[in-house]
Amino acid sequence: MTLLLTVFAAVAATVVWYKKDQDGSMKTSLLCFMFWGASIMWLVDAVFEYAELGAGYFTPAAADMLNDAFLGLSVIALALIVWVAVLLIKDPKGRVKGVLFRKKS
Amino acid sequence: MACFLVPTAEALVISAVKKAESVKEKKNPGASGEAKAEKIPFSRKLSWLTGLLWGGAFLLAFEHVWHGEVVPFFPFLTAASNPEDAAEMLHEMATTGVTMAAAVTVVWIGMLAASAIIERRARKAREAKEGA
Repeated sequence: MTLLLTVFAAVAATVVWYKKDQDGSMKTSLLCFMFWGASIMWLVDAVFEYAELGAGYFTPAAADMLNDAFLGLSVIALALIVWVAVLLIKDPKGRVKGVLFRKKS
Repeated sequence: MACFLVPTAEALVISAVKKAESVKEKKNPGASGEAKAEKIPFSRKLSWLTGLLWGGAFLLAFEHVWHGEVVPFFPFLTAASNPEDAAEMLHEMATTGVTMAAAVTVVWIGMLAASAIIERRARKAREAKEGA
């Protein structure tokens, strides 16, 4: 479930990067790298688990599936927080700088 | 248990190589103009690999914290507290961890192949434009 959610997040981030971030100013490539990197690594983990459990890998207990889904959503939230933090720190469009140094009239 | 440490170690090494490569590229800029625009510097290609490795290892580290395998106090890895678990952890690093790092590297090699095709197409288009 974690792998599945991360793959969906990776595909969504890649589509946004391709369609909306031509100049790279929104730093969506960071999200793509995080999600694709984690997806590849969890895929390898899944293959090893499948080799150990066999078909049982595809019939997890409901509690395990819920925990994995919760973990997957938390991973996505963490990656989004990192991305927003990097975006605000690098401030490629100068929005934060503009707000901080705006003079009150 | 600690499989993410192998991609992290690879990320550290590749980051150092990338730094050295970008210093070398600044000293020897090479081609200029349109020819330069269609040639992707190797340091940039290396940054794709470091991005995948650091990004993936970071999210995997979070998963290990989630499962209580990484803790914020010494020895930081719960499996390192007794020899039996430590042996199992090292075995997992040698199998799953190494395969993870290798899989990311294979995907990166695929990205290099795709970018080489795109670079070749751009060069051919420029040459055709110059020839016309």
